[in-house]
This record gives sequence, C-alpha cells and structure tokens, in this order.
Amino acid sequence: MSLRVRVIILLWLTLPLAVFAQGGEQLYSQYCAACHGSEGNGGVGVPLALPAFQKTVDDEFLIKTIRYGRPGRVMPSFSYLKPDQIKAIVTFIRGFVPVKAPVYDSKPVMGNAPHGKKLYGEHCAACHGHQGDGGHGTGVTFSRPRDLPIIAPSISNPGFLASASDQLIKAALMEGREGTPMMSYLKQGLSEQDVNDVVAYVRSFEKQAKKPEYDLHKEPLTLVYDSPHDLAKTVANVQRAAVGKNFRVIRVQTLEDGLFKKGDDNQKQVIVYFCNFQLLNQALTVDPRVGLFLPCRVTIIENQGKVKLYAINPKRLSGLFNNNELDKLCGGMFDTYTEILEESTL
Amino acid sequence: MNLIQKRRGYSLAMALSSLITAGLLLISHAAQADNMMMARTTQTFPEAMSELQALIQAKGYVVSRVQRVDIGLTQSGYKTDKYRVVFYGKPDEIRHLSQTHPELTAYLPMKISIFAEDQDTILVTANPQHLNMAGDAELAKIINRWEKDLVDIFRQMRGNK
Ligand code: HEC
Ligand code: HEC
Repeated sequence: MSLRVRVIILLWLTLPLAVFAQGGEQLYSQYCAACHGSEGNGGVGVPLALPAFQKTVDDEFLIKTIRYGRPGRVMPSFSYLKPDQIKAIVTFIRGFVPVKAPVYDSKPVMGNAPHGKKLYGEHCAACHGHQGDGGHGTGVTFSRPRDLPIIAPSISNPGFLASASDQLIKAALMEGREGTPMMSYLKQGLSEQDVNDVVAYVRSFEKQAKKPEYDLHKEPLTLVYDSPHDLAKTVANVQRAAVGKNFRVIRVQTLEDGLFKKGDDNQKQVIVYFCNFQLLNQALTVDPRVGLFLPCRVTIIENQGKVKLYAINPKRLSGLFNNNELDKLCGGMFDTYTEILEESTL
Repeated sequence: MNLIQKRRGYSLAMALSSLITAGLLLISHAAQADNMMMARTTQTFPEAMSELQALIQAKGYVVSRVQRVDIGLTQSGYKTDKYRVVFYGKPDEIRHLSQTHPELTAYLPMKISIFAEDQDTILVTANPQHLNMAGDAELAKIINRWEKDLVDIFRQMRGNK
C-alpha cells in the first residue's frame, strides 16, 4: 500500500473519532457482551480478554472482524456501525488487558501450499477441521461439558481471511495462544519454513468459498397445509404423527391461552407442542439460542369451516442465526415438520 | 479504497481482493443486520426473569406463559437447567393478526428465551422484522412498534436505564 493510501485510511479511521467519540463500553455492552461476556471472558463467543490473543492480533484485525463478522460462524457482521463506533469498541476491548497491540505489515508470507496442506492435515485438522471449518458448537461454555475449553475458530471463513493478514496468521502459529488449546508450532517442532508453508495453505482456503445451504429470503416464512378433516380430528392426527416421529406431546392449548380469560379464548385455534429431548439437547449444544424456537409446535386453525395447519419453517429461521452447523440440523427439522404435516392431512 | 487502488493501477489481484471484500460486506449486511437481539445481565436468573416480565408488562403486553426448555438438560451433563421461553403478546393484536395474517400464528405469541450462563443471565429473541411481508404497510407498522419495544426492553435489561 502506498503512503498516500495509508494516510487516507488513517484519516478516515481517526477523523470521526476526533469529532465525537461514542462510549466504547456502551457499544460493547449493546452489541458484543451477550456473546463475549461483559469482561471479555467469552460465552457464546470466544474470549477476547486473553493476553495471548491480544498480543498476537493487530487493531486492523479487530476492526475488520467486527465489520465483516464470520459468515456462518455465529459472529455477526456489524457493517452498519460507523468507523468511529467500531474504533471505540476496539479501544474498549484493548482495555481488558494491558498488553501492547502488535502492528503487522501487509507483506505476504511465501510458502509451499501443498507441503503446508500435508502439515495442516497432521497438526491442525483435528481442531480446526479438514476444510478449516472450525470446531463444533459455540464459544466457550453454555455451562456445558465440551471437548475443548475454547472453540477452534474457522480459519477458512471468508470473514477471517479478509481480516487476518498473513503476518497475523504466522504469528498465531509461531507464538501460539498461551492459555488456549492453540500451541506454538515452533515449540512443537515445526521450522519457520514449515510455518510459512502452512500459512500459504491457510490462505489458499480463500479460493474455496462455499455458499450457504439455504437462501433465507427464498424460503417461505411458514409451512401451511390444508386439512381435509375437522378441527378435532386434525389435532388428534398431529399428535399421533408427532408421536410416530419419536416426539412426546407435551401440551395442547389454544393460541389465545393465557392472553384472554379462560373460556373467552378462541377454541378454534389450537397449538400442539411436542418435544424430543435428545434432539433438543443436540440443538442447544450446536447453538444455545435455538431454544427460542423450541419445543416444536403445530398450530391448527379452523376458519369459516376450513381447517389449516401452520408451522414455523426451520430453514428460514436458520438464516437468522448465522450458524452453518445449525443449517444441517434445521434441514432435518424441516423434513420432520413436513412429514408430520403431510401425515396429519392425509 | 477500491477506486483509489484501481486508478493507481494496482495489480489485478489487489483489485479483485477488494471486490471480494466489498461483496462480503454486501452479503453480510443484507443477511445479518441485527437478525437476533441479545442482552446479558449480571442479575441472577430469578431476578432477571422477574424484571423481564415486569418490563414486558410495562409496555402493555401480557405474559401468557413461561415454558421450560430444560427438562433433562442436567442429565445430559449441563451444569445449569435454567432455560425458559417467555411468551407474550397483546391479546387483541394477536386475535386481529390471526385473522388478517393466519400464517403468522406459527410465530405467535411472541417469545424471548432466557437462560443462565455462569453468574449472568442471557436473553435472546429474533428481531420481529423477520416476520415482515413486502408491501404490507399495516403489518410493518405493528412490527416496527414490536421492534422498538424490544430494543427498549433489552436496553433496560442490560442495565442502561
Ligand atoms: C451472536 C454471538 C456474537 C456476537 C453478538 C458477537 N460475537 Fe464476536 N464471535 C462470536 C463467535 C462464535 C466467534 C468465533 C467464530 C469462530 O468460531 O469461527 C467470534 C469471534 C470474534 C472475534 C475473533 C476472535 C478470534 O479469536 O479470532 C472477535 C475479535 C470478535 N468476535 C469480536 C466481537 C465484537 C467486538 C463484537 C461486538 C461488536 C462481537 N464479536 C459480537 C460470537 C459473537
Ligand atoms: C488443540 C486444538 C488446536 C490445534 C491442534 C490447532 N489449533 Fe489453532 N486454534 C485453536 C484454538 C482453540 C484457537 C483460538 C485461540 C484463541 O481463543 O485465541 C486457535 C486459533 C488459531 C488461529 C487464530 C484464529 C483467530 O481467529 O484468532 C489460527 C490462524 C490457527 N489457530 C491456526 C492453526 C493451525 C494452522 C494449526 C496447525 C498448525 C492449528 N491452529 C492447530 C485450537 C487448535
């Protein structure tokens, strides 16, 4: 990058900050703390307050990570925040630990990617996945047992690759991240040239960009089925179909139950709730937030003599969570819902 | 940055990479801007639960039910089983929408999930904007109000009164 360009960027980043600095703490609390913890100790997100993390990432990495997010890896994009707001958040994060932020140059690391691929398979794939997709689940805990204390991030993620310079990736490998499962591969016996080869391979993930499984906007909001039966029979059918798919019916109520006085609620609008605890726990492990759409339910409504069934569309909802792992689960849930709705309306 | 680089005859690779970056921004913006609303509070689970319900009611909604979503969690090795979904809505609004937009009933009453994480309590809900339908001004008005109320409730739960 020429000096001119760098100066322009620098001005662009710092000017608005000088004009008015919004509280980084408040922005962090609003946008980040729910996942990364009020003090940066992690949660659904990874810890940000680790000295070893802060010592090996530059501000540019933090700024870009916030802007781009990690598509499909839970971490949202905050591209709608203004540069000065992002800067304020970064300043706040830097306050977690008193370590000096590194500055990396943009010089690419030259290495032998095919050799790096071999080393990657031997040393990295177990944690980061064969395609660099990262570990399973989210962040650090949902107060649950897990295989690694901190999830291994996806390092083939387009948001990661657009944020991390070659030098940053190299530093992560050379120094490791003390206090996390990420070790120093220099200490693990790799040479600097080996590390360069691995960096070249990690960079090559850029060429294998994957598309998300579903297009959130193409999926209908609701699954709607017409029933040839009357209300009572349809409700009974839904219960039977759910049980047939290994669910337990946990509750049958009116849509308006709890909203109007008993008896004033519309009896022609019925919800059947059902649950499979094993599936529920599996879903919560993938993403603790999905409890929002659990337990499963079908709503059955009689209107002017016609009975219709309504269910959420798990594929559409999956798009809200920005979690690739959830997409697979939601695909399965979509099939289950469809089967239950079809069986109930035979 | 894009333009500057191109004008100065930067290598094709550079131009390409900034194009990819621009594309990434576009995709991520369209697909993810605030789809989920979340808040963390240092309150204990029961404290947070009662404040949440009070705030919901203060906005004129009725809490219709609190559903446990945690049966069997501790048996599966979870350290906490504090996971609930709070259902709420305005009775007349839900009745009205079930007539005008029956396909929305699958998502009604509205919900907020609340769960313990260590000493803290986390709240999650989907931004109601995901229920919006193109060209439906009446619905948009309702949903915009829901969103505004939720932003308020979550802000207060974070402790920023
Ligand atoms: C919905 C949860 C969530 C929210 C909200 C969130 N993050 Fe993240 N963040 C994550 C997850 C999960 C990861 C790890 C991604 C992976 O595993 O590939 C992550 C990764 C990161 C990283 C990279 C860490 C590393 O080791 O490379 C940074 C930096 C970060 N987040 C900062 C922020 C900031 C700042 C905010 C607020 C502006 C924020 N995040 C909001 C969940 C979240
Ligand atoms: C034992 C599991 C494990 C192994 C093996 C491992 N890593 Fe990691 N790696 C992690 C974890 C966990 C982190 C997150 C550390 C943190 O929170 O700062 C990480 C972080 C990273 C980062 C920084 C990513 C970011 O977003 O901050 C890179 C790059 C990386 N690893 C590459 C590699 C490569 C390449 C290898 C093989 C040479 C490797 N790792 C081996 C677990 C592992």
